[in-house]
Amino acid sequence: MSLDRPNPLYRNLSSKIASLPMMLIVLGVFVGGTAWTVLFSFTDIKVLPLFTPSAWIEHYAGLANYQRLFTTDRWMDCPVITKIGTPNWQFSCTGAFPNMVTYAILAITIMISVGFLLAVFMDQKIRLEGMFRTIYLYPFALSFIVTGHVWAWILSPEYGLQAAVRQLGWTSFSFGWIADRQMVMYAIVLAGIWQGSGFVMALMLAGLRGIDDEIWKAAKVDGIPTWRTYLQIILPMMKPVMVTTFVIVASAAVRIYDLVLAITDGGPGLSSDVPTRYIYQNFSANLGQSLSASTVLLVTMAVLLIPWIRMEFGKKG
Amino acid sequence: MSNTVSNPIIPSGPKPKKFITIERAIVYSVLGICAVFFLFPLYIMVITSLKDLDGIRYGNIFVPTLHPSLGAWDKALFHACTGLYCQGILPGFWNSCKITGPSVIVSIAVASVTGYSLANWPFKFSEGFFTVLLVSSFIPYVVMLYPLVLITRWLGIYSTLPAVILVHTIFGLPILTLLFRNYFSSLPQELFKAARVDGAGYWRIFFQVFAPMSIPIFTVAVILQVTGIWNDFLFGVIYAGPRNYPMTVQLNNIVNSLEGVKEYNVDMAATILTGIVPLSIYFFSGKYFVRGIAAGAVKG
Repeated sequence: MSLDRPNPLYRNLSSKIASLPMMLIVLGVFVGGTAWTVLFSFTDIKVLPLFTPSAWIEHYAGLANYQRLFTTDRWMDCPVITKIGTPNWQFSCTGAFPNMVTYAILAITIMISVGFLLAVFMDQKIRLEGMFRTIYLYPFALSFIVTGHVWAWILSPEYGLQAAVRQLGWTSFSFGWIADRQMVMYAIVLAGIWQGSGFVMALMLAGLRGIDDEIWKAAKVDGIPTWRTYLQIILPMMKPVMVTTFVIVASAAVRIYDLVLAITDGGPGLSSDVPTRYIYQNFSANLGQSLSASTVLLVTMAVLLIPWIRMEFGKKG
Repeated sequence: MSNTVSNPIIPSGPKPKKFITIERAIVYSVLGICAVFFLFPLYIMVITSLKDLDGIRYGNIFVPTLHPSLGAWDKALFHACTGLYCQGILPGFWNSCKITGPSVIVSIAVASVTGYSLANWPFKFSEGFFTVLLVSSFIPYVVMLYPLVLITRWLGIYSTLPAVILVHTIFGLPILTLLFRNYFSSLPQELFKAARVDGAGYWRIFFQVFAPMSIPIFTVAVILQVTGIWNDFLFGVIYAGPRNYPMTVQLNNIVNSLEGVKEYNVDMAATILTGIVPLSIYFFSGKYFVRGIAAGAVKG
């Protein structure tokens, strides 16, 4: 080895050694694990599969798992697509995946609207800002399991809100969401919003505070009312914050599990089942279903990431 | 601004704003109503945990009992049944401590050194690895649950404390590495160069120059990890094994145990006890907590 050109492998050697765990984890767990799940979702392997390529070839089953997954009512059942083309057409889906989609759409929309509005109100140079912030944000410090059990208790039809209001004299009052197959996902959305809105508010408030004061002065000089400034000037400027918030809330919604487990454990029946629960419960007996469902979830997440990727990597070009 | 009486000023210009305008009133009432909504479950938790069973059966969920007792708390802590045994939630508390402590230390140790490498000692492909790491933090963790079962089984640690610690370390790595990399990049590079000129190497610069300057970011990382790991449920239930179930799992088992009458007061006491650790961290570290979640949120 020549002395004038040191081997580049040894350059920053300590740094390479120190980063070794990260590289191993990236390759072994994140890339390797994901690839393993995706690959073996195309096999009919049952339990305790091997890592070897030969096992994969031997058990290759094409799209069989996916076919079964989407014909399983528990995962997705969309029987009613009736009267299409007429004014009162219906489209209804039940199952773990549609439940997650319902939760995601509602949670994202409501959390972002509530979070933004709260941030705007907080931005009005109010007194006791710290106190309000503390109150709005504390649920975010709690575990989903904690949040879930509290809301399950509040919403319990026998002793909770419904019983309390009836006791006060309004005997026909009904708030039995968690026992109602049609409404149970809304109960979970309610708990999710309680936990996450403060967090969204904090992100939005940071975004609002990051906006240049000059913008406000210019809007004042032009005589634009405050609400219109927020709606037409500030809101478009908040796009990066909105995209980030969207991605965070959406990725949390796709993963939803603990909250459902604590509030209803998928019930009544399977009416609040969610993908992670389906995947977890199929690990032992029905691995192929778990792996294909995981892959579907992965693809869903990838689709949701598109706005973020476009923002992050699009600006360089 | 003059406020001497001897020099009367004839008011000119617009009238000063009144202290309470309609706008202000709307702002405060909206904020107030929202505050009530957010505080309501906490209030319900506390008053329910102080009731006895009769108070729950015949009382109103909104109304605190006139005879508060700590019986439910005692039962939740020491005697509540989780299906297998009746030792309350306390074993879960210790398990959570045993899981959280090492996980936080290991994950922060690995991530801080990795972040330091990426920020100051880049090498070929280091950024590439980091991008993959960052993107993978969005992969739903169910995708990696089974592979991790296989990996921990292969390592011979499945269903033990080391397994769950390893898993927490792995899933904490992306966000923490990002946190540290961004922080170390923001430190003045002259410092790093000066230390190198003075002959300090990789580890010496890290321990003697950077680490002492990075107490705030380490605090943020600790808060982020302690609350995240304490609140975890799924990793605990899968990798820790029944003897090491963390507090969240124990709580869930207590609430769902089917023996006898459903004791909502005990459930709520156990719920508060499970929430109390992250909540106190939140209340005592307000500023850092907000910084932590903001750092966790706003990428690259």
